[in-house]
Amino acid sequence: MIALEKRPQPSKIWTVATPVLAVVLTMIVGGILFAALGKDPIATISAIFFDPLFSENAWFYRPQLLIKGAPLVLIAIGLSFGFRAGIWNIGAEGQYIIGAICGAAAGLALYPAETRLIFPLMVITGALGGWAWAMIPGILRVRFGTNEILVSLMLVYVAEQLLASMALGLLRNPEGMGFPGSRNLAQWPAAANGEIISGSGMHWGVVAALIAVIFAYVTLSRHIFGYQVRLSGQAPRAARFSGVNPGRLVLICMGISGALAGLAGLFEVAGPAGQISIDFNVGYGFTAIIVAFLGRLNPIGILLAGGVMALTYIGGEIAQLQIGLPAAAIQLLQGMLLFFLLAVDVLTNYRVRFGREEIA
Amino acid sequence: MNDTLLKLTGLTKAYPGVIANKDVSFAIQRGEIHALLGENGAGKSTLVKTIYGLVKPDSGTLAFDGQDYAPADPRAARATGVAMVFQHFSLFDALTVAENITLGMENPPKLNALAAQVRAVSDEYGLPLDPDRTVGDLSAGERQRVEIIRCLLQDPKLLIMDEPTSVLTPQEVEILFETLRKLRSEGTAILYISHKLEEIRALCDAATILRLGEVVGECTPRETSARDMAEMMVGEVLQVPERAQKPQGDVVLDMTGLSAPAPHQFGTALRDITISVQAGEILGIGGVAGNGQDELVAALSGEMKVRQGMLSLRKEDIGLWPVNLRRARGLLAAPEERMGHAAAPDMSLTENALLTAAARKALERNGFLRWDRARSFANEVIAGFDVRTPGPENTARSLSGGNLQKFVIGREIMQDPDVLVVNQPTWGVDASAAAAIRQALLDLAAKGAAVICISQDLDELMEISDRFCALNEGRLSEPRSAQGLSVEEIGLMLGGAHDMEVAHAHG
Repeated sequence: MIALEKRPQPSKIWTVATPVLAVVLTMIVGGILFAALGKDPIATISAIFFDPLFSENAWFYRPQLLIKGAPLVLIAIGLSFGFRAGIWNIGAEGQYIIGAICGAAAGLALYPAETRLIFPLMVITGALGGWAWAMIPGILRVRFGTNEILVSLMLVYVAEQLLASMALGLLRNPEGMGFPGSRNLAQWPAAANGEIISGSGMHWGVVAALIAVIFAYVTLSRHIFGYQVRLSGQAPRAARFSGVNPGRLVLICMGISGALAGLAGLFEVAGPAGQISIDFNVGYGFTAIIVAFLGRLNPIGILLAGGVMALTYIGGEIAQLQIGLPAAAIQLLQGMLLFFLLAVDVLTNYRVRFGREEIA
Repeated sequence: MNDTLLKLTGLTKAYPGVIANKDVSFAIQRGEIHALLGENGAGKSTLVKTIYGLVKPDSGTLAFDGQDYAPADPRAARATGVAMVFQHFSLFDALTVAENITLGMENPPKLNALAAQVRAVSDEYGLPLDPDRTVGDLSAGERQRVEIIRCLLQDPKLLIMDEPTSVLTPQEVEILFETLRKLRSEGTAILYISHKLEEIRALCDAATILRLGEVVGECTPRETSARDMAEMMVGEVLQVPERAQKPQGDVVLDMTGLSAPAPHQFGTALRDITISVQAGEILGIGGVAGNGQDELVAALSGEMKVRQGMLSLRKEDIGLWPVNLRRARGLLAAPEERMGHAAAPDMSLTENALLTAAARKALERNGFLRWDRARSFANEVIAGFDVRTPGPENTARSLSGGNLQKFVIGREIMQDPDVLVVNQPTWGVDASAAAAIRQALLDLAAKGAAVICISQDLDELMEISDRFCALNEGRLSEPRSAQGLSVEEIGLMLGGAHDMEVAHAHG
């Protein structure tokens, strides 16, 4: 008989060990799955998890890791504040899109001016766009008690429609022969989010993600706001007793996550993506939710988790190309990662005991 | 009469890390009210659960009525003739009394027949109860009667009662005691668990005292002083709180027609509360839980705002002030619920020290936390209030209820409040910790602070308050000087027994 016994306090070791264990379990079960698909499990797993870093072609993949990882980390850091406080912004994907649209629009309005101020202006408007989009579910929750999960999620679909309309209408490239999509920002030096060191993949979004990690780390561990966020998530009544204004906290947390998602969108549209197009968004806003939890809502953890998640993206592409693994299998692998994480999470708060049955 | 109904021999039960019961042996006679005494964690509940079939002992035996008795589950225990009234009721608010009683029965009769039975039992034992009323409308005392009648319908030989008087007014306690004495005269044995020693002296024929899982003594309560019993429970000489004579100070806190709507569906509205509290006094507020205690604390702490002109601190209108501004000006509070309200269960004691003390103890500067100062403040509270914990890095959840309560009260007192509001300061706290907390409140008042102590424990209020008033359905009675106030007078202030007239109607 196996019994679970609640620990007097959460285990420090398991808090760190569970994400690692989840990754290992994902590799094992993923390997079994790939074997069932008729692929060599060892080769497939190593193609996904090791080739992007250590193969002979790694010089090509490593920059890709930064490009994929930066938006994930940036968005996940923003989400982690709200998630810790029990405020569930599920609509980062929408805030990411709106951030990209606003930032790009601000830049394109000044085309073809050449001044160093254009890119910073786009950064600010991008962040503001994401912030404003996140304020909609925030204010609705504070004023009318609506559920921010539903509202923020539904606003993703609104944002996607808006994106399509922008790509086909207002922001369409006048010199683009009628094709949908805006002018290419990456080819316009004043607005481009180029590589800071050539060939490294290091663009301004990577820098912003690192700054966000440090900012979040300091805030959560040293600042009263971080304390209030944690307190509100763990004991809302105690938080009010401590003097936290719940409505204000909702607005601040939604605002932070929206602004960071908007920033991520702007860095993407001005760099790797280059232009506003119908299929601009690829799900970073949703994947970042997995990244946030995989990193245990801890800034350093999120940094590592963003790396692992980027790895499965790049590695998944390698496995598709070289081994012929179906794309759905990679998505399954990513889902499995969250599944195992939540499953082994029980070890943090409970101790497993093997022994005879007992009625307590 | 001297024939043994239940005999326990060498019962031992260990849980990981603790021995809950160690070689416990005693016997309960037929027609005896037997008290089981002990501090929190002494092993009373494990022992009772063993008798009721909820826990299997590691070793040791029970004999019921001369037969070996090893109940596999509560159903087997009930079949043998053991019934139990739990401290926390298991009743459905939306159902009637009779429907609730049906739910607990194995072969329920028709509702009409049952209602007749309930009336019969309630008449016979002087427990006024109408089987057709909805449980949600009943007082705590009436709910308890539902549980008792549910037990009596099984015609038990042994009735176990866990802290039955903690929710009752003095008059209701008297009704309960009459019932229990009647049951005793019919030969029913009663195992009575309580920490209210005066009650045990009034009611019980024998007492077994547990400490740290072991039987440390037996006594005849009528012939033993409450103080001696308490010392047996605690295992050390008890400090009785000392009251210093003190001059009356200036008025610091004024409530003028304080009214507020109920904050939620099950809350109580505050109605026209008017009272002034002076520096150096302890104002005791009695009342059965759910009569506005939580709401009054929330209105004073600032968690619930009240209209202008209703609440003032040193002549300043504070009704709309936020929590932390009130704290900064010296009005502090310790709410009743420790876990999740006064403290965050999964946070360390250092983090919990920050919960209320950030401003007054300068634990933050420009928004940045000073963890070293927070840790040393937590350590001061731990040392000053004898909180038993390995250190401030441990979570609040890992502390026992009494220790956490000492931490919570200590955290407020060590911030040197001008006005301190405490709600049920010693609820669920063992005798020595309770005495320490009461002494600390007295010392605080002696230093010139005003203390408002809200409690259900009337002995506690009589011990420490200068003035006493009662909170009943959100209204506060006229304050009376606590000295010379009799239990009957207090009972009437608390609203008396609920529905005494029903007793007469059927009696």
